[in-house]
Amino acid sequence: MIAATLSVGFLPLVDAAPLIVAHEMGFAAEESIAIDLRRAPSWSSVRDMLSFGRVEAAHMLSPVPVAAALGLGGTGTPLSAVSVLSVNGDAIGVSNELAARMRAGGHDFAFNDARAAGAALIAHAARPLRLGVPFPFSMHAELLYYWLSALGMPAPQSVDIRTVPPSLMAEALEAGEIDAFCVGEPWGSMAVENGVGTLLLPGNAIWRFAPEKVLAVRSDWADAEPELMGRLIRAVWRAGRWLAEPGSPMLAAELLSRPEYLDLPSEILDRALTGRLVISAQGEERTVPGFVEFHHNSATFPWRSQAEWIGMQLAARTGLDRTSAARAARAVFRSDIYRQALTPTRAELPAASAKMEGALSEPTAVASVSGRMSLGPDSFFDGRIFEPSQI
Amino acid sequence: MSAPLSIIVVEPDRDRALLIVDSLREAGDYDIHVISEPTGLARKIQALMPDVVLIDIESPSRDMLEELALASGPMERPVAMFVDRDDAGLTDAAIEAGVSAYVVDGMKPQRVKPIIDAAIARFRMFQRMRTELAETKRALEERKMIDRAKGMLMKARGVDEDEAYALLRKTAMDQGKRVADVAAALVTAAGLLG
Repeated sequence: MIAATLSVGFLPLVDAAPLIVAHEMGFAAEESIAIDLRRAPSWSSVRDMLSFGRVEAAHMLSPVPVAAALGLGGTGTPLSAVSVLSVNGDAIGVSNELAARMRAGGHDFAFNDARAAGAALIAHAARPLRLGVPFPFSMHAELLYYWLSALGMPAPQSVDIRTVPPSLMAEALEAGEIDAFCVGEPWGSMAVENGVGTLLLPGNAIWRFAPEKVLAVRSDWADAEPELMGRLIRAVWRAGRWLAEPGSPMLAAELLSRPEYLDLPSEILDRALTGRLVISAQGEERTVPGFVEFHHNSATFPWRSQAEWIGMQLAARTGLDRTSAARAARAVFRSDIYRQALTPTRAELPAASAKMEGALSEPTAVASVSGRMSLGPDSFFDGRIFEPSQI
Repeated sequence: MSAPLSIIVVEPDRDRALLIVDSLREAGDYDIHVISEPTGLARKIQALMPDVVLIDIESPSRDMLEELALASGPMERPVAMFVDRDDAGLTDAAIEAGVSAYVVDGMKPQRVKPIIDAAIARFRMFQRMRTELAETKRALEERKMIDRAKGMLMKARGVDEDEAYALLRKTAMDQGKRVADVAAALVTAAGLLG
C-alpha cells in the first residue's frame, strides 16, 4: 500500500544516489511511499522548484538552505535540511597545462596532501587564480576559500572563484576561462576522460568530513507533514546503508547510468563510488578511502555545528553579523527531525546534536543515545578546530 | 519620461533569440541585448548592467546568474529571480512556461509585468515547438526502423510488404509491445547475428 507519492528534485550527480536507490531498490516502497524523481538542469532551478512547491523535497548543496536563512540568494522561502545525504565527494582538478607546470616544479600528484597540492598550485598558477565551482553557495566554494586562505592566499581578494555549471566545467577549462575547478563527481572524472584536465586533490583532503549534499524541504512542509517526512528520511537512510555495503557500488553505478538519471557510462560513475579515481589522461589511478560517504560514522546526521560552520564562513565573506548568522544557520540543520524519524530504526544516534568540527583526527568513541558509538575523523588539513556557539 | 528598461535575453539559438526580441519590442520600448555564449555570462551581464535578465529555465547556465544575486557580488545592484509575492500566478506561469527572469531589486512590478508576459507567451510557443520537434523526430526514427524490419522480413521469408507489416503487428500484439519496439528488436538481433 502506497500512502503517498512525494516528488523529489535532484541534479544528475553521483551523490544523488541515495534518492535514486531509495526509489529503485524499494526502500521507499518499504516505507509505503513512492518517490517521483524530477531531474533539474541547475541548482537555482531545483531550489526554486522546492521553494514554489513543485517538489516536496530536494537533493541540495548543503550551504544553499543556510544561505537562504541568512538572506543570501533564493526566494525568501525558509528551507530546512532534515538529513545529510552525503559527506565529501568533490574533486579539485587543474588544466593539463597547469598540471604540466606543477609536475615540472616537482609536484607528485599524490592526491592526498592538501598542503603540498595547494602550495604547488599557488606557486605555478597565473594571477589571479581562476577557479570554477558549480554554485556560489556550495561546499566546493567553501572548501576552496578555506584551503587557499589557510595557505596564505587571501580569498576572495586574490582568487577569482566563479560559477560554471558542472556539465560545462571541462569546456570552460579547455577554453581557458578557468585554470582549475572544484566539482562533484562524475564531472571531475569527465574532465579527465575528455583529456582536458588532471585531478589534483579530493575534497576530503581539505576537510575529512564535509557535509556535501542535504535532503532539503520547505520548513513549513516539515512542520505540516512530519509523518510523511519521517518515511522519506528513513527510506533515504536505508538507501545510504545499502550504498555503503561492499557489493553495492557496481549495481549503483548501473542504476545511476540510466538515461533518466545521469545518462553517462557506468564505468565513469564507478570511480567515485569505489574511491578509485583516474586522475590523468595517462591513466594514473589513485585510491581514496571515504571519497564519498553515504552512511558510515553517522554520515547522514545533520549536525547543528556543521550548519554553523557554513553560516560563519558565509557571514565572514559577506560581512553579516556573526552572532545572528550563527543562530540562523544552526536552526537550518534539523537534527531534531532526523532523530525523531530514525528512532524506530536501529540507527545509532549521537547524544549531542553539535560537536567541535575538526577535533577528531582518528575514529573516536562518543556517547550515543543508547550507549557508545564511533565517529570518524573530521579534521581540517591545517588542524584548526571550529568551536560552535553551543554544544 | 524614464529611460527605457534594459533587458538581456540569454539564448544560444539565434532564431529563437530574434523572435523573443521581436515580441518584446511589440510589448514596449526596451533596450534589448542578446547573449548567446554561456562562457563568462556573469561578466558580460555585469558589463551591460541590465534591469532584467531573461533565461531559459532548462539552461544549466542559469546558475551563473546566481553570482549576481550575492550581496557582495560583482554587480553593484542586487538581482533577484522574478518573484512577485502579490502575483503568485505570474511567477507560477513563468516557471510553467520555462522562463526565469532576474530582475533588479526595487523595480516596480508594473514595469516588469509586460516583459514577463511577452516572454511567457514566447517561451510557451517554443516549448510546444520543442515537444513537436522531438515527437516528429521520434516518429521518423520509428518509421525508418519499421521499414528496415519490413525489408528484412520480406527478404528472409519471401513475403510482400503488407504481409511483412502484418507479421510485425501480430508479433507486437501477441507480446503486448509496440510495433516499433518489435521492429527495433529484430533489427538489433539481425545486426548481432550478422
